[in-house]
Amino acid sequence: MSPRPGFVLEVDRSTPPTLFWHGEGWRLERLPAGSRVVYPPEPLPALEDPDAAIRHALEHPAGDSSPLSALLRPGAKVTIAFDDVSLPLPPMRAPDVRQRVVEAVLDAAAGAGVDDVVLIAALALHRRMTDAELRHALGSRVFDAFAPHGLLLQHDAEDPAGVVHLGLTDHGEDVEINRRAAESDLLVYVNINLVAMDGGHKSVATGLASYKSIRHHHNVRTMQQSRSFMDRHHSELHTSNWRMGRLIAKAGVKVFQIETTLNLDTFPSQFSFLQKREWEWSLRDRAAFHATSAALERTPAGLKRQIFQSIRSPHALTSVHAGEVEAVHELTLADVHRQQLVRVDGQADVLTMGLPYICPYNVNSIMNPILVACLGLGYFFNLYRGRPLVREGGVCIMSHPTPWAFNPVHHPSYIDFFEQVLAETVDPLEIEAKYEESFATDPWYVHLYRTSNAYHGVHPFYMWYWCAHALQHLGQVIVVGGDRAAVRRLGFKPASSLADALEMAEDVVGRDPSITHLHNPPLFLADVT
Amino acid sequence: MIADALAGKRIAVTGATGFLGTALVERLLRSVPGCEVVLLVRPGRRLDAAERTAREILRNDCFDRLRAELGDGFAGEVARRVTTIAGDVGTDGLGLDDQARALLASCDVVVHSAATVSFDAPLDGAVEVNLLGPSRVAAAMLDAARAYRPAARPLPHLVAVSTAYVNSGHHGDASEELVTQSRYLALPDWRGEVAAARRSRSDADAESRTPARLAELRKAARRELGAAGTALLAERTEKLRGEWVDDTLVELGRSRAQALGWPDAYAYTKSLGEMALGDSCEDLPVSIVRPSIVESALAEPRPGWIRGFRMAEPVIISYARGLLRQFPGVPEGVVDVIPVDLVVAAIIAVAAHGPEVAGGGDGCDPAVYQVASGVRNPFRYGTLVDLCEQWFTERPLYDAKGQPIVVPTWSFPGRGKVQGDLRRAAKGLQAIERIASMLPVRGALAERVSAVEEKRDLAERALGYVELYGAYTETEARFRVDRTLALYDSLDDTDRTDFCFDPAVVDWEHYVTEVHLPSVVAHARVRTSPGRRVTASREDRARAAILSSEPRCAVFDLEQTLVSSNVVESYAWLATRHLAPLARARLAVQLVAEGPRLLALDRRDRGDFLRSFYRRYEDAPAERVRDDAWELFGDLILTRSFPDGLQRVRDHRALGHKTLLITGALDFVVAPLAPLFDEIVCARLGELDGRFTGEMVATPPTGEARALLMERWAASFGLGKESTVAYADSTSDLPMLEAAGHPVAVNPEPKLSAVARKRGWPVELWQQTRGGPRRPLAVSTRRVGTRTPAPRAAAAGNPAPERGRLS
Repeated sequence: MSPRPGFVLEVDRSTPPTLFWHGEGWRLERLPAGSRVVYPPEPLPALEDPDAAIRHALEHPAGDSSPLSALLRPGAKVTIAFDDVSLPLPPMRAPDVRQRVVEAVLDAAAGAGVDDVVLIAALALHRRMTDAELRHALGSRVFDAFAPHGLLLQHDAEDPAGVVHLGLTDHGEDVEINRRAAESDLLVYVNINLVAMDGGHKSVATGLASYKSIRHHHNVRTMQQSRSFMDRHHSELHTSNWRMGRLIAKAGVKVFQIETTLNLDTFPSQFSFLQKREWEWSLRDRAAFHATSAALERTPAGLKRQIFQSIRSPHALTSVHAGEVEAVHELTLADVHRQQLVRVDGQADVLTMGLPYICPYNVNSIMNPILVACLGLGYFFNLYRGRPLVREGGVCIMSHPTPWAFNPVHHPSYIDFFEQVLAETVDPLEIEAKYEESFATDPWYVHLYRTSNAYHGVHPFYMWYWCAHALQHLGQVIVVGGDRAAVRRLGFKPASSLADALEMAEDVVGRDPSITHLHNPPLFLADVT
Repeated sequence: MIADALAGKRIAVTGATGFLGTALVERLLRSVPGCEVVLLVRPGRRLDAAERTAREILRNDCFDRLRAELGDGFAGEVARRVTTIAGDVGTDGLGLDDQARALLASCDVVVHSAATVSFDAPLDGAVEVNLLGPSRVAAAMLDAARAYRPAARPLPHLVAVSTAYVNSGHHGDASEELVTQSRYLALPDWRGEVAAARRSRSDADAESRTPARLAELRKAARRELGAAGTALLAERTEKLRGEWVDDTLVELGRSRAQALGWPDAYAYTKSLGEMALGDSCEDLPVSIVRPSIVESALAEPRPGWIRGFRMAEPVIISYARGLLRQFPGVPEGVVDVIPVDLVVAAIIAVAAHGPEVAGGGDGCDPAVYQVASGVRNPFRYGTLVDLCEQWFTERPLYDAKGQPIVVPTWSFPGRGKVQGDLRRAAKGLQAIERIASMLPVRGALAERVSAVEEKRDLAERALGYVELYGAYTETEARFRVDRTLALYDSLDDTDRTDFCFDPAVVDWEHYVTEVHLPSVVAHARVRTSPGRRVTASREDRARAAILSSEPRCAVFDLEQTLVSSNVVESYAWLATRHLAPLARARLAVQLVAEGPRLLALDRRDRGDFLRSFYRRYEDAPAERVRDDAWELFGDLILTRSFPDGLQRVRDHRALGHKTLLITGALDFVVAPLAPLFDEIVCARLGELDGRFTGEMVATPPTGEARALLMERWAASFGLGKESTVAYADSTSDLPMLEAAGHPVAVNPEPKLSAVARKRGWPVELWQQTRGGPRRPLAVSTRRVGTRTPAPRAAAAGNPAPERGRLS
């Protein structure tokens, strides 16, 4: 039986309560009759022999590119860059796709007699990965062969000697990327294209770039003109990255792009109820739901976080493409859409969504209030093509406990951003103008980014810019079940129940609003007409 | 007419800086325009006698009325009529020079109002001033008169101010007679008492220097300050010794007084003072004026005028603040209060009247005038308490949170019960305080512990009030005022209006509610309006001064000030980094078991502790430990850091201030903190063949050495004490905090919290981030394989190519 596509359910009296993610837990909420629930498609079947598929892709490149083996020659300087810990979500069961791909590339390199190979985690301005995270992403075989010899590096955007300026785009954008990558004879980039925004020229132009370069597209103006940033052809973020990518190619950097797509099989079987439509829950699903809910209720927050962070996703590979960046990316996008696209007719007055415990920036960490805002208004709000799921001036209701909690090692600048900047203003433009530079150049944050495991000082700003489109579009944002003080600091309204939140929303959008619920997990892309 | 009688007279006054003396001088200048005033003033430590007159007497608001009346003429009037001579009633001959003696000889009246009015003054001081003072004044007058006064001229009139309470032991009528004539008093030989009091000072001093006593005092200092270093502890011990000697003499005074039938050392020394005066005045004409409890003015110079916080005031305010839950006393008993202007009027009337003709005996036979209200216009203690309760219920004081304070209702239990209750409360609180101060608590909890100390302090103060003043609410003596009233009756109508001293004119309800209480509340600087204070608190101002744009040198301690961790944890983390799980558990258990011993050693001597503890690093591979330390930084130091603290360091740097970290931690542990500080002073281990020797080659300073280091370091930037800021969490850093211009107590332990509260130092309660990981013991996750090099290590260009293969 082929997997069922996603669909839109209209809630009536016989509809069982709807599942909302709520951080390290969930809520069952009864949506008013007439509300629409958008369900994701079911997972596509996995490739039967992923390793063979990878090998095949490497030798049958897309676009204007020779097969990998033809690009490798003895004495060549080769760099393999790979996506960092922010992908995929949740982290996948071993072996990770990156391990499979990197091993295949290394085998090809060894076969071609290439000696000079360096692996680089494409951190952009993300935190450095820990040894355990690198080992998980690449597998012990690769890790032990490279790490002890200093051949497994992590991109350092703040190392003046480690980056090189390649020039300006015709829009005057600085292009500055990792020196080793730029000066290699071949740069292989290994992607995991979890959502439609990943990959393409963004991989190198952002993942291996410096703040000087990234700030040209990671800003309020760009984000407000990216509608959405999940739709590459209507995303200013991508347009800028494409300009940069073409300049990188023109500068002589030979990029061999490898992109992979995963199916939507996001959670292991004990959480299978999360991915099923509620009326299809089996007796086992119900029992699992109640048992897990009861257990979580009695678990302290720290332990709950540990339990959830240890979940490994059964994600399976559905496609792999290699070759020239743009050609590869178009093929990949088609595969992402094949799995994730759901057609939705028309916008609603109110958009509801449950937010999970994880986003790209709190793997093995704490989902702090800024990340909550970014996950809801940045990622989930932008999971559309065409028009947003909610009308302009509408209301977004998110469900998340939003604790006033931070990881001091991973998110030091977030703490100060929350305490100092958001206490003053929540306006993205004002924040950008007044505070960005001082945080971005703060030597202490730079030090922590380079030597510890901290996100760059400017990173919380990007999280806030990510929300800029939604903040501009929406009439109000309400958080159900969140820490009231933290929610208010974000400039949102706290509500203790969904019913209260809907009452509050009526003040903004009028009585009997139309409601659309974004049902997740797993993630999908709404094609809104 | 009184003013006429005193016109052209020269009147000397002692004790003019006191409450009664100031009022007397003002009244003389204002209401007796024809007289001259000579003030005998003791030179102060900083101000000489004339300066004290200008600042402490004439600038008092008592003179506001006269100043307004005279306008620009005030200064001229004062210059014309007031002369100041330096003198001290505490020394024989009053310490007068010849010029002063001549001036004294030229006086017609001398009013001696100087006294130690504190009821709990050390015995020897009270004896010198109260007991010997009057006779010394008499002797000096006689001496000066013999030397400078024409024989024909009559001797000047000495009006000595005493107290009605010399007779407080009486039950029933206490008449206006000399103490020597009283049938109820057992009077000792005053000369013997003087000798004994003087001896007791040196006895107490000798006792305070015995080894046992010194050990006790040192222990007390240590209890208060902890391991604050030798110099500070010595200083504190010496201060406590001085206090102990004084306390002993206070206790001696009280017990000696009570043994002889007086309530306290004040009444006792005043009584003997009258005796001594009688023995030494020879043919000098003397009158004695004995007021009862002198309180704020009824009308002159203005209703409610008062100087200083006297006897009833602290009790009233403590009551209004809800601190005195009970106070002893007999509600139907009489509390003998007399407004100060009535006493002043009586003194002037006595001076104008001149000495009574001697009763025929040999030598002097002073006439006694009692100025008291108890017989003529009795004021019941119960009425006073009711009036106060009513008044403060209508006009409550407000607590720190702006909430009105409800005053307690007193039920008048016996003095013994009140004292017993308070004593038990104080003892209980002291016990709690002692136990709590031994607990390893910090921050907000420590603040609460030190609040116990404050409560204990209040309980002890309340006990003090009860012990001191309780007797005055229970006095059953009725002070007769027959002679005073006879004098009043002899006045004409003008004088009766201008110099009224008939206690019958006082309407007590009016006096308490309209005159006295408003004045007391205004003087006490208490909150009389609700709501939060809008003006910046002392702490806020201190904080603003710290983060100013002025140059500053900020010194930070590390453990518990910026990071909630310590050297033991760092060691545990590093040592377990490469161990197998079982060995790791064993080491953890071992360290936990050793905890108390290590803690005790650390408390005793930080330097010794570090020296012995760092031995454990012996033979550790230096390079590997250094490399691991970078991960320790993220996993332990940053995780346990206080973001507000790190932010403060960065705030200082943003303002261009210099920052210095002083810590006992090892160099490789604090190395990642380098970008925050201009300089780091820490411990360093010796190294041999790539392994640590376990011996410190650089010892971080502790105690006073830290203070010195801070001073020298600031001086290297040309900055002095006023520019230094010190952040620390424990009393072992007290020398550094004391030496800093801007000390800040961070997450203080209870002892430091108490010190900071007393000194008004800002206290910062910095915490770990909410939600940050917490582990009971810092054991690292096992490291397998080699860590990916951080940029600091991988600065070397391209890595060796031949190894880039999968095996």
